[in-house]
Amino acid sequence: MKELFEIFKASFRVGIMTFGGGYAMLPILQREVVESRKWVSEEEVLDYYAIGQCLPGIIMVNTMIFIGQKRRGTIGGIAAALGTVCPALIIITVIAALLSGFADSEIVKNAFAGIRVCVCVLIFNAVAKLWKSSVIDWKCLLIFAAVALGSLLTDITPVIFVLVSALTGIVLKCLEVKNK
Amino acid sequence: MIILRLWWEFFKIGLFSVGGGMATLPFLYDMSDRTGWFTYDMIADMLAVSESTPGPIGINMATYTGFTTAGVLGSLAATLGIITPGIIIVLLVVSVLDRFRENRYVEAAFYGLRPASTGLIAAAGILVIEIALLNTELFKKTGLFADVFNIKALILAAILLFLTRWFKPTKKLHPIVFIAASALVGILVF
Repeated sequence: MKELFEIFKASFRVGIMTFGGGYAMLPILQREVVESRKWVSEEEVLDYYAIGQCLPGIIMVNTMIFIGQKRRGTIGGIAAALGTVCPALIIITVIAALLSGFADSEIVKNAFAGIRVCVCVLIFNAVAKLWKSSVIDWKCLLIFAAVALGSLLTDITPVIFVLVSALTGIVLKCLEVKNK
Repeated sequence: MIILRLWWEFFKIGLFSVGGGMATLPFLYDMSDRTGWFTYDMIADMLAVSESTPGPIGINMATYTGFTTAGVLGSLAATLGIITPGIIIVLLVVSVLDRFRENRYVEAAFYGLRPASTGLIAAAGILVIEIALLNTELFKKTGLFADVFNIKALILAAILLFLTRWFKPTKKLHPIVFIAASALVGILVF
């Protein structure tokens, strides 16, 4: 029970500190579950995140379900899902009920202009950390560059990138084995 | 009854939208056409609120739609609806994955997946940079190269980069500290 509550708490913290879309969640997630609690490794975050992209639903909720599941099985996964969405549920309901002009207010707009700058820097730092555990040779560098450019310049869904790069990984490893 | 329908409608969104919060948008337009629960204008409002509050955008949209349609119970139903498919499917995938974790093909797939995953995140980061640090709109209007850069934002970014990466006393602080400080700077300076 205590463990479940801890999963819920960690997910709640990730959910409430994520400003500006799902990607902003990564730096918080790294801090809460990789660095502070050491529940998963950077590699696992990347694996879960990649699979989460291909599965239906909200990417970051899916990622947290993987992490909760790893800690405490099915019920842990559910605790993580509920914890992640709980803050949004409370905050949005309050805003919808009380603050009709919330998003139009000058203060909110400026605060979020500032937050977005911070999110840029935090995502940059997150990528720098993930880089170390994912781009381990020149082939990985090519995959990284191809996917980053492809996703910037085209409208292709991330699902395709994830599937193709998984296949590429398998082909590359098979070739390595053959050449030995 | 409307509660159950909300849950079901958002269950379908959760089931069919793959690839992030914005993927839910087309489904919301479709829902608006079919149910009349909200208008296109309200979707735009919801999007603005979702982007200026914590939490994944898809969840925020579900909560907001649920609330405007059927109050607190509605927001609960819609939010639970959108995450239900994810919970079921992720748990199924885990049980399959655990069995094949040591398989060398699965390992090889992850070898290719990890840099791709990092690449997708980097691309998303670059999109945020365009919104947060550059004035592409202003540049299009004036054509002056100096207008491309949002100077105040760039200075803030440089300071944050220094504080989060190289300045020992602040390097280890929780990211939320920097987010809060940036919000304050935004209110006072921007």
